[in-house]
Amino acid sequence: MALDEFDRQLIAATQSGLPLVPRPYEAVGAMLGVSGEVVRERFARLLASGVIRRIGAVPNHYRLGYVANGMTVWDVVDARVDELGAQVGALPGVSHCYRRPRELPRWPYNLFAMLHGRSREEVEQQRFEVRALLGDASRADDVLYSSAILKKTGLRLSGD
Amino acid sequence: MTRTDTLPGLAPRDAQLVERLHGDLPLTDHPFAAVGAELGMDEDEVLERLHRLLAQGVLTRFGPLVQIERAGGRFVLAALEVPEARFDEVAALVNALPEVAHNYRREHAFNMWFVVAAESAALADATLARVAELTGLPVHAFPKEREYFVELRLPIPRVQAEPGSAHGPR
Repeated sequence: MALDEFDRQLIAATQSGLPLVPRPYEAVGAMLGVSGEVVRERFARLLASGVIRRIGAVPNHYRLGYVANGMTVWDVVDARVDELGAQVGALPGVSHCYRRPRELPRWPYNLFAMLHGRSREEVEQQRFEVRALLGDASRADDVLYSSAILKKTGLRLSGD
Repeated sequence: MTRTDTLPGLAPRDAQLVERLHGDLPLTDHPFAAVGAELGMDEDEVLERLHRLLAQGVLTRFGPLVQIERAGGRFVLAALEVPEARFDEVAALVNALPEVAHNYRREHAFNMWFVVAAESAALADATLARVAELTGLPVHAFPKEREYFVELRLPIPRVQAEPGSAHGPR
């Protein structure tokens, strides 16, 4: 779905957050010169098309005690990566799970699964479960722990 | 209160609210009142708790989550191998680009991992080329070929009692 000018304005006006007031859609409408009803209808359309995944809260997992974050990477045989990737993605504690291109010879990994835990021990336990699930289909793997968040803003559309 | 510092967790009603708002905010005229009605809170209480959770950094954001790929955009994960002596300088160059949505330091020879979020494939490619030009380092791009799962929903840990409440369960 292509975004029109109003979609872009609506996303630009709310991407850093929805106003925390009793009538937030009315407040956004007032900024853009339309009614709250127009804003709600447009949000409903963007939700239906999947351009907006959801309208809600984004918790800071680090502040909630999930301080260990390991990006696990796996070299999974091509014939089985889609079937197994879906199974890995369904494990608890796995957030993002993607197939990506290898960059040989230094980077043989084609499956990425992000694991979260309260400690590295918890992440290692999850990694063990992923390894058990993949079995012989994974020829090599690694884990890259994050040691600092350098930037976390999310998508930013320009407002014009 | 010292306990919450060492064992992060939310008061039960904050946790309920965060779990509820991990789902969709209703598209109604008074959506916070509607959410409150489900949880036995009034509109003021919902808004007050949300303001505080954002101010405390428990929530990073409250609002629409955009999947720009559904509108022709791109998210690309990319890595740099940054010499340690240049790490802060390179981080500043990369972070200054508005298309860089996230950036993490990771323990690996590829020690900087960032995500470019752009409205088009052309802008994503141009941003990666700009990173190479600004830093003088080769950019290792790992574009998504297939997505199996996104969206983390971890259990929200709870402390035993509301702050200031006299009675906590044993």
